[in-house]
Amino acid sequence: MSSLSSARLRRSIALHLFLTPLALIWLFPLWMMVVFSTMPDNGIFSPGIELLPHGNFVDNFNNLQRDTNFVGAIGISVSVAVTYTFLSVLLTSMAGWALARYQFFGKGVVVGIIFGTITLPYAVVLIPQFIMVARDFQLANTWVALIVPPLFNSLGVLFMRQSFSMMPDDLFDAARVEGVKEWRIFLFVALPLARPMLAALAIILFLASWNNYLWPLLINSQPGLMTAPVALGTLIGLTKVSWGGIMAGAVMLTVPMLIVFVLLQRHFIAGIAAGAVK
Amino acid sequence: MRNRNATAYRFLAPYLLIFSVFWVWPIISSFMISFQATRTVPWRFAPGFNWGRLIGDPAFFNALKNTLLILVIQVPVMIALAMVMAVLLNSPLLKARGLYRFAFFAPVVVGEVAYSAVFRLMFSLDFGIVNKLLNSVGLPKVDWFSNVTPAMALIMIAVTWRWAGYNAIILLAGMQSIPEDVYEAATLDRVSKLKQFFYITLPLLKPVIVFCLVLSIIGTMQLFTEPFLITERGGPGGGTETLGLLLYRQGFRSLNFGYASAVAYTMAALAIAITLVQLWLTREKQ
Repeated sequence: MSSLSSARLRRSIALHLFLTPLALIWLFPLWMMVVFSTMPDNGIFSPGIELLPHGNFVDNFNNLQRDTNFVGAIGISVSVAVTYTFLSVLLTSMAGWALARYQFFGKGVVVGIIFGTITLPYAVVLIPQFIMVARDFQLANTWVALIVPPLFNSLGVLFMRQSFSMMPDDLFDAARVEGVKEWRIFLFVALPLARPMLAALAIILFLASWNNYLWPLLINSQPGLMTAPVALGTLIGLTKVSWGGIMAGAVMLTVPMLIVFVLLQRHFIAGIAAGAVK
Repeated sequence: MRNRNATAYRFLAPYLLIFSVFWVWPIISSFMISFQATRTVPWRFAPGFNWGRLIGDPAFFNALKNTLLILVIQVPVMIALAMVMAVLLNSPLLKARGLYRFAFFAPVVVGEVAYSAVFRLMFSLDFGIVNKLLNSVGLPKVDWFSNVTPAMALIMIAVTWRWAGYNAIILLAGMQSIPEDVYEAATLDRVSKLKQFFYITLPLLKPVIVFCLVLSIIGTMQLFTEPFLITERGGPGGGTETLGLLLYRQGFRSLNFGYASAVAYTMAALAIAITLVQLWLTREKQ
């Protein structure tokens, strides 16, 4: 018995000896992001090895704000992400509800197209989307252009369809017998029951919108209408730019999401894992 | 389930409208644009114009080669690493599990722009912390940005850092859905942990692993932001230019929509081929 537990102890020590350096390497870029954001530029570009934070965050932030209107860009990013998340959760859960709960003409075709095209790369639709939004609809540099086209995302529909189809029938039938209208059943019976799934979906969608780079870069490139990642991206590669400032921006983009991740880890992981476990 | 056409379509209509306009139609439209000469007004139908150019364009083959090279090296390394993370995070012997999970999963929330900026600073030639650390243990500095091989390695390191934890989350969820009693029975029969991994975990996890592979391959195939921002527009000299970057350059810098669509459809064809292989690999055994 004691040899067994000492073998367990040895295995446990080996496990931690292997995993701890790997975890530290993995945390290193995030740690350095914070360290850089607190260092003056001449400290970042100096020969010494600096691994601890300094006190220059506010100066760096002011430099960033001088290089680009980052506070404004954060405001745009937050508004876009909140609106997008709300609309996307609403649209995909309505669609998921219909696909899970009703038999209707053309259902097979709708499900077939969603499943059949889900692994196509986004790059395929980029050019026509751009031509349509910028030239045909004349919507470049507008809020609509930032929020509406990314709503096509169908993963949410499949996720909500799955969630609603796992709920027992009698629940809804009881309401129907009482004469409750379908949209009321959806809003007041089904949605509250799906709250954990809605939370997981909302977090994933918010994050996707918050970090979205390519589409906002293409469609909203005017200074006053850039999202925060786009505003920060334009600074990378410029010669006369404050790198401490860029790092302060990176921290402002990342740390709130890390906090959300820590607080809502369960929903986060559920949202990511949902794609795989069918 | 009840048959109600009107009710169902009332719930579906808003989503289907967006889905058709911004996904289904562009898929078709992109295919058609790839057969048109788009730098004349009006565009004209010229079936061989873009595709003919594509098969003779060294820039296309360079981007294809780079993309496939990243795919072939980075994706297997990352999935293997994700597997190691998932197995070890799942171990009952692990203490302070939450801290380790945070370390590996945190990159999942980090945006492409933010982490590209950090990686540029960390790997810079003279002042980058990575070269300083290499130097301090007696290794030579690496010029990550002006030589092709280190630049490609840097892209692969960055993408692996960003996505390994993401795949580990999916693999871990898959592992936790394997019933406990399978392992208990094996342990009673004195099957070693290592054998349990190879004879129980791996086979039962196969669909999830294939799912991760497909997801990663399709993601890597469209790789854009990392070579755009980290190695600055696919540098040095196109050494890290990917298909995603070529599409961007042709479509949005040269406004050559027809040619860019042909590049996009090449990616789509690759994605469809990979999906078919996936379906074949995970098909139900008779």
